[in-house]
Amino acid sequence: MSAVHFEKAMADLERIVDKLEKGDLPLNESLALFEKGVKLARSLREELAKAEKKVEILLKDEQGGLRREPFEPGEADDEAGSGDEGPSKP
Amino acid sequence: MSQGTPDRVFSVSEVTGLVKAALEDLFPRLWVEGEISNFHRHQSGHLYFTLKDDKAQLRTVMFRSDARSVAFELKDGLKVLCRGRLSVYEPRGEYQLYAEAVQPKGKGALQLAFEQLKEKLRIEGLFDPARKRKIPLRPGTIGIVTSPTGAALRDILRVLERRHARLGILIHPARVQGEGAADEIAEGIRTLGGLPGVDVLIVGRGGGSIEDLWAFNEEKVARAIAASPVPVISAVGHEVDVTIADFVADLRAPTPSAAAEMVVEKETAFLDRIGHFESTLALRMRYKLRELAAATVHLTQTRAFPNFRLRLLNAAQRVDELETRAWRRMKDEQRALAGVAAGLRLGMEKMGSAMARILRESLACWERLSSALDARSPLAILAKGYALCWDPATRRIIRKAAETRAGAEVMVSFRRGEIACQVRTVDRSATVESRFKETP
Repeated sequence: MSAVHFEKAMADLERIVDKLEKGDLPLNESLALFEKGVKLARSLREELAKAEKKVEILLKDEQGGLRREPFEPGEADDEAGSGDEGPSKP
Repeated sequence: MSQGTPDRVFSVSEVTGLVKAALEDLFPRLWVEGEISNFHRHQSGHLYFTLKDDKAQLRTVMFRSDARSVAFELKDGLKVLCRGRLSVYEPRGEYQLYAEAVQPKGKGALQLAFEQLKEKLRIEGLFDPARKRKIPLRPGTIGIVTSPTGAALRDILRVLERRHARLGILIHPARVQGEGAADEIAEGIRTLGGLPGVDVLIVGRGGGSIEDLWAFNEEKVARAIAASPVPVISAVGHEVDVTIADFVADLRAPTPSAAAEMVVEKETAFLDRIGHFESTLALRMRYKLRELAAATVHLTQTRAFPNFRLRLLNAAQRVDELETRAWRRMKDEQRALAGVAAGLRLGMEKMGSAMARILRESLACWERLSSALDARSPLAILAKGYALCWDPATRRIIRKAAETRAGAEVMVSFRRGEIACQVRTVDRSATVESRFKETP
């Protein structure tokens, strides 16, 4: 699920809750909304649970094309600057 | 030296050459302070300007190779210190300063460059809050433009690890300081921003001196951030380090670690919101069912039932209509409640027993009430063999003999059918009990 889908599903869920909050719907409609909302919330949770951490680095090949490779962080060097823990600029 | 016959005649070139040599000897290197005027940048990249104070002017030239290393923008009115040498431009016979380095008077060159670019981009509206985009609630993949061996990346990955964030990370390696760094950073932003699935970018590096962080103050990086199709989080150095990239970015993280925290926070907040929505849904449904149960009670006890009786007693001919209405109403409610049962099966699984209990209660409540209603229904009474006697003129039930008189028309309604009658005699004192005494 892309970030856009997440945003949309979340907005849908919010609308459903808002509608139910108003509370002036007939029972059948309330139930339909309730069911839809519960399903939506569950699918969002499932999507989140399915996601995995994946760290990749983009590398250029000889032809100038890009390929992704798994990335394993090594020791940080000083060329790129000290970390958050390092000394601040004067 | 006699008049008219000079001992020695110099050519223009010779004298100019001598002056030039003398001048160069005298001032091999010097610093000159003055205000820039008549500034001109030639197409070739060489800079021409005049340094002046209130009494004098000095023509100055700065060649492209030297001009390239000037971080800030030279312009008329700027007070500067120029380092260079004096020499003569022979074709015009003018002496001038050949500037090799220039720095603003009173502040550092980088400081001035920073201020100049900041002002320029501000006027263009690149820092406008309206341009800032929201960081997605739940990015699929985060693109990171930084050094693959730098502290920033290490810190970001450490945070994601610690928080067990399940996110995709795609790193675009870029040098983050030195010659060419700004180009690589800008290219990384353009490349990652254009890849499908990348929803947000983190651009940054660990702490360092203002020179180390300089790439993030360069215009090309600022422009790449502004042009990025996805939101950009800047994460440069420490809390105290503020770069142009921070102003242009959609969100400024004080440090790379903080940038990672922000993204993870979003995920946590996302889960919290889902949880909140779920409990609100459950709560609303519970209220709805409670309302329904209450309405059922209300309907039967305070409105429908007494109404039912009242109207029956007052207008017997409307028994059928009332029956239809009452039972339709009851059936609707029952159907609705059956719907609750079906629709809530899913909800019950999810929301647990509390809601199921309320549902069972409201169903039981309804059953109880409807059987009570049934038992007391006038239809049930008519079915037992009783009849209703009513006055067709007033449409009122006749409850005692005194309400009619001999010769009047009355109607008698049975469970099925009715008869029109004419009263022959009226006995106001006779009672039902006296009649039934004789029956076995």
